[in-house]
Amino acid sequence: MSNLVIAEHDNQNLKASTLNAITAASKIGGDIEVLVVGANCQAVAQAAAAVTGVSKVRVADNAAYEHQLAENTAQLVAALAPAYTHLLAPATPAGKDLMPRVAALLDVNQLTDMMAVVSADTFKRPIYAGNAIATVQSSDKIKVMSVRITAFDAAPATGGSATIEAIDSVFTADKTQFIGEEIAKSDRPELTSAKIVVSGGRGVGSADNFKIIYALADQLNAAVGASRAAVDAGFVPNDLQVGQTGKVVAPEMYIAVGISGAIQHLAGMKDSKVIVAINKDPEAPIFQVADYGLVADLFAAVPEMTSKL
Amino acid sequence: MKILVAVKRVIDYSVKVRVKADNSNVDLTNVKMSLNPFCEIAVEEALRLREAGKATEIVVVSMGVKAAQDQIRTALAMGADRGIFIETGDAELNSLSVAKLLAKVVQDEQPGLILLGKQAIDSDNNQTGQMLAALCGYPQATFASKIVVEGDTATVTREIDGGLQTLKLSLPAVVTTDLRLNEPRYVKLPDIMKAKKKPLAVTTPAELGVPVANTITLVRVDAPAERSAGIKVESVDALIDALKNKAKVI
Repeated sequence: MSNLVIAEHDNQNLKASTLNAITAASKIGGDIEVLVVGANCQAVAQAAAAVTGVSKVRVADNAAYEHQLAENTAQLVAALAPAYTHLLAPATPAGKDLMPRVAALLDVNQLTDMMAVVSADTFKRPIYAGNAIATVQSSDKIKVMSVRITAFDAAPATGGSATIEAIDSVFTADKTQFIGEEIAKSDRPELTSAKIVVSGGRGVGSADNFKIIYALADQLNAAVGASRAAVDAGFVPNDLQVGQTGKVVAPEMYIAVGISGAIQHLAGMKDSKVIVAINKDPEAPIFQVADYGLVADLFAAVPEMTSKL
Repeated sequence: MKILVAVKRVIDYSVKVRVKADNSNVDLTNVKMSLNPFCEIAVEEALRLREAGKATEIVVVSMGVKAAQDQIRTALAMGADRGIFIETGDAELNSLSVAKLLAKVVQDEQPGLILLGKQAIDSDNNQTGQMLAALCGYPQATFASKIVVEGDTATVTREIDGGLQTLKLSLPAVVTTDLRLNEPRYVKLPDIMKAKKKPLAVTTPAELGVPVANTITLVRVDAPAERSAGIKVESVDALIDALKNKAKVI
């Protein structure tokens, strides 16, 4: 067995999601190699080589790969694929964009959001917004999958000493042109890896009112999340959205403030260790999954909690 | 330009699914079925592009059991021009087979733009659009929250981790829709009547000459682990106390 993990990075830093995918690969067994595709990304390759469990890092460092566009990155991955039995990437927007395209080029199926390894060809994945868990067996020669990062611990970022090998082949993205990017800046911990997440919903009422959510989060050194309703209402940017159509989180503690608990939101947070709900509606579905529920007006309860912590 | 939109019949998003007692799958008997919400957004976007003078014809394609023709009719009632239905029966279709069938329709119809939802809310795969783009050799833009068509290009804003990214694609191209792209219109009764008269071609994988192979076997389906019922606390003090001393998370 041999696994190739496609690294997620921004040409400078290896993203933590890659470490979770490396742990998933270790559950399958066999060698673990990491592929870094980018431009001026040698620092990323060095970081990947230091991860415990990685035997080799392959680096395709070329200006053509600067934005890791699916059009050419998929061709490169597909060209390298025959040397491996399993190809894995984090199930983030980047991994979900890339891996199905790779699979189709290889004429195999792809498994999305793999959350448990049963055996080398059998895996578990969530369906119906996490309301059912499917066990699926693949007869494809090369198993291509994206990995639910909250389902696997991060591999230790140090302790490894993998060899680094350069890849010369260059594929260009002739039909896709990168125009620009807008990344929201934040000093808070990253949503998908934070130990505590404080999320606000429609009940928060306005973008301005979200200040009380941020204040509580800062007091707890927590990341801020939001329900789809809060995002759609323009209270917060969309990258804070937790749910089936946003990010999936599984922190130690998830505090849902003014969130009713629609199926689509629960799919993104119900694997949290402790769930706390603050809502004035005692019938809100969120209370059915909350370990600790407080029926109260959030505008009184949240500031009180912030001041007493 | 012609726009091809792929739509899927799925369990209605508001239904709480139940796993069958024998763990073979989820129970879909007598459950409300609807047009997948992301597909609805794709249809709406196609209509808006036509209203902006960027498209001349909107063709809707779907596949599955006979009843899935209802979802094509829904899209026609929204304003699409004609439908193509590929009857594939009860068997679960892998995304790769779906993508291959769609690729054949693309080859026959030669659309300038192909719109799909970013994922179906039943299988949650998020892969058909990407696979279709690969099979056709077309560029892709997934998770679109804005699409601007100009001449033979589409400029698409995508939702990525941490923010937004903008790509310019040469047409023909495949774009998959995110929830934020638009708000689909309601269908009015006269439009439902009109939709019944719109053309709907019915075909099969065999007629299209596309073999449907299955490489993923569903071994079993389980309900997720239940969370034990929690407690309600009376005050903020009681909550902080519980989190500190019982849950020990702060």
